Amino acid sequence: MTGHLSLSHFLVVGGLLFCFGLMTVLTRRNAVAMLMGIELILNGANVNLVAFNHYVAGGLSGQIFALFVIVLAAAEAAVGLAIILAIYQMIRNIDTANIASLRR
Amino acid sequence: MEHVAQHFVPLAVTPVGFLWLIPFFPLLGAVINTTCGWWLQRRYGKTVNHRIAIGAMGLSFAVAALAFAKLLGLPGEERFLQNTLWTLLSAGPVHADLAFALDPLGMLMVLVVTGIGTLIHIFSIGYMAEDPAYWRFFAYLNLFIFSMLLLVMGDNFVVMFFGWEGVGLCSYLLIAFWYTDPAKAAAGMKAFVVNRFGDFGFILGLFLLFWGLGGVWHELPSGKLSYQANVPGQQLRIFSGEPSTNSAQAEHREALIEMGPTLNFRQLRDQVVVQATGVAERLSRQKLFGFGLLAIVGILLFVGAMGKSAQLPLYVWLPDAMAGPTPVSALIHAATMVTAGVYMVARLNFIFALSPTAMGWVALIGALTALFAASIGFFQYDIKKVLAYSTVSQLGFMFIGVGVGTYWAGAYHLLTHAFFKAALFLGSGSVILACHHEQDMRKMGGLGKYMPTTQKTYLWACIAIAGFPIASGFYSKDEILWKAFSQEHLALLGMPAPWLGPLIYFMGIITATGTAFYMFRSYYMTFTGEYRGGHGHDDGHGHTPKESPFSITSVLVVLASGAVLASLLGLPASWTSRPPILEHFLEPSLPATVHFAEHPHALEWLFQIIGVSAGAIGWFFARLLYRNGTNPLPAQLLERWKRAWTVVYNKYYVDEIYEATVVRGSLVFARILSWIDSRLVDGAVNLAGAVTRLFANLDGAIDKYVVDGAVNLVANCTIGAGRGLRRVQTGRIQTYLYGALAGALVIVLLNFLIR
Repeated sequence: MTGHLSLSHFLVVGGLLFCFGLMTVLTRRNAVAMLMGIELILNGANVNLVAFNHYVAGGLSGQIFALFVIVLAAAEAAVGLAIILAIYQMIRNIDTANIASLRR
Repeated sequence: MEHVAQHFVPLAVTPVGFLWLIPFFPLLGAVINTTCGWWLQRRYGKTVNHRIAIGAMGLSFAVAALAFAKLLGLPGEERFLQNTLWTLLSAGPVHADLAFALDPLGMLMVLVVTGIGTLIHIFSIGYMAEDPAYWRFFAYLNLFIFSMLLLVMGDNFVVMFFGWEGVGLCSYLLIAFWYTDPAKAAAGMKAFVVNRFGDFGFILGLFLLFWGLGGVWHELPSGKLSYQANVPGQQLRIFSGEPSTNSAQAEHREALIEMGPTLNFRQLRDQVVVQATGVAERLSRQKLFGFGLLAIVGILLFVGAMGKSAQLPLYVWLPDAMAGPTPVSALIHAATMVTAGVYMVARLNFIFALSPTAMGWVALIGALTALFAASIGFFQYDIKKVLAYSTVSQLGFMFIGVGVGTYWAGAYHLLTHAFFKAALFLGSGSVILACHHEQDMRKMGGLGKYMPTTQKTYLWACIAIAGFPIASGFYSKDEILWKAFSQEHLALLGMPAPWLGPLIYFMGIITATGTAFYMFRSYYMTFTGEYRGGHGHDDGHGHTPKESPFSITSVLVVLASGAVLASLLGLPASWTSRPPILEHFLEPSLPATVHFAEHPHALEWLFQIIGVSAGAIGWFFARLLYRNGTNPLPAQLLERWKRAWTVVYNKYYVDEIYEATVVRGSLVFARILSWIDSRLVDGAVNLAGAVTRLFANLDGAIDKYVVDGAVNLVANCTIGAGRGLRRVQTGRIQTYLYGALAGALVIVLLNFLIR
């Protein structure tokens, strides 16, 4: 099965995921959508980590890195959603263009 | 001179511990009276002031008398007392000590200065009794005596010069004693300034002398030389260490000469006088600008004497110095200061004797001064002016004496003159006091009735100065003129001048006639006839003159007796066939021997008769014209010769000539300097100021615009940059992310490009 699935395929998938995530973060102004874009970026990176581990390094360190990233992403999503909820409760809006009260 | 010089031996010195007391007492008196005299006068009265001053003088005179007794107790060649206190300065081999010395010449001067000085102090009690600044007067008098004693007793040139300048200062203080009167203050300044001219010549002469001696000392070995008198052609040898004292040498009277650089009179005398050292020979060989160095030195030293002793052309200060109180006139002009020049020439006789040119110069100037001043004295009406010109004239005689080489006669005339001129001055002071400070003889007359003592003493002093053989003036003046006639030594400008002696004699005889005339004129105008003053002052109270107090008359009597008795010291050799007492006494001090022609005694007697008749002629005419003030002839003669009289009465306009040349010249010079100061120097200073200010402004501008500008520019840039960069911070997270992405892309791009 590994004969027709090379490292490049995984890297292309990982790069696409990263690019979609970046696109989402840059273009969407909805905070939840941006959070989701970040999830995509992280998972793009995860794909890379696992793929490089498998094809190049061997061993388990890549997978363990990926697991850490997943856990980190979950924690980040929890904190981010909590902030978004708090902001929503305050200004009834989650459009990042409007969240500018920290600016002078 | 060689064959005489063999007899000279170095002086033997007798150390005496108490000599310093002689000048010390007047200094102490001066210090007490200057520091607390004012308080003493206010607290205890004027008596204390003059007691201090006169006590100091009396003690000083007593010590001087003690020294005199000690001096007489020594054999002739050893009469040299010396007292060194401490070293003032030492420069290499030369030491200048604060040391005092008394040889017979110095002793004579010290006795005159302290003795007559004491009398003048006593006189001042009566004369200055009314003066509020009594203490100041006595302080100055004491200080003057102190300076004079330094001058006379100084063992070396340094101490002598100190005294020399000190008497100049004190004469200024005393002449300008009544300084609130501008004319009197000016007279004091005149005396000081004229003396500065002389002192300049004096110090120049000293420098030149030591410059010449320096070359001599350089050539000759230094150290102690053993020297035996009366052994011709001996080789001098330098001692190392103490000389041996075995009996053979003692028999030959072996003496030591200290060779090498010195400022000491005695050592210099020994070096110059003892021919075998070779100092005198080498010194007379030296030339400066083609002239003999010693001639120039002698003339320059004499310029100093001209200033101090009021000779042509520097005599002008002395008549003006009559502005001072009369005791001052007596002290300065009779006894002490003006004789300083004569003393200096006599003291340095061994230098002067080496240069006939310098001596001819001294004698000629002396004779000219004597004649010139006597002619002015003819027509003065101010009694003190007559005496002042008479002093100048008599000083001329003294310089004839020391100039032709009869140093002892010069010193003798100094002594006799000190007596009779002090008597005359103090007599005139007594008269002036009686006439309530009137000095014009036309307003006196007939005073003999009111003040017999003053009259008699004045008459005796006149007899002395006019040259009658019953008083002392005759003996000194006659000796001087006789020696002037018979001298064979003088030269002018390097050429022997045998005609100079008779010429000087002729001038001297004319002067002697004139002296008798103007002195008896003053006597007759003052003391005979009717009193012409006495109509009282403007406030109307009339007064008749009365005899002065005892403190004044007693002094006059002492001085007049001195003027008569001093003749005993100088009875001429042609009478007693022995050298005069004073000549014998002064011999060790005056080693320079000058040749005189041998004339028979008969010729000398003839000259003495001529001298006496000259005085008698002067006296006769004075008596004829001025006795009792009744003869109308003087007034007629005055009308007849009005123009000549005016010229002489105005002192030949010498003061005006000085005014036109020296004073005006100095003023022009001062004005030029003032112009230079105000224009050039101040201009330069102002220019420097302006340039500095310009630079300061420039610097300020740089500070303000460049430095501050740079600082502000930095601040403004920072502000602008901040303002610009604030735009970047939008607060939108996407913007930042775009930035981050762009940055990442750039890095990636760069990564590719660089590779």
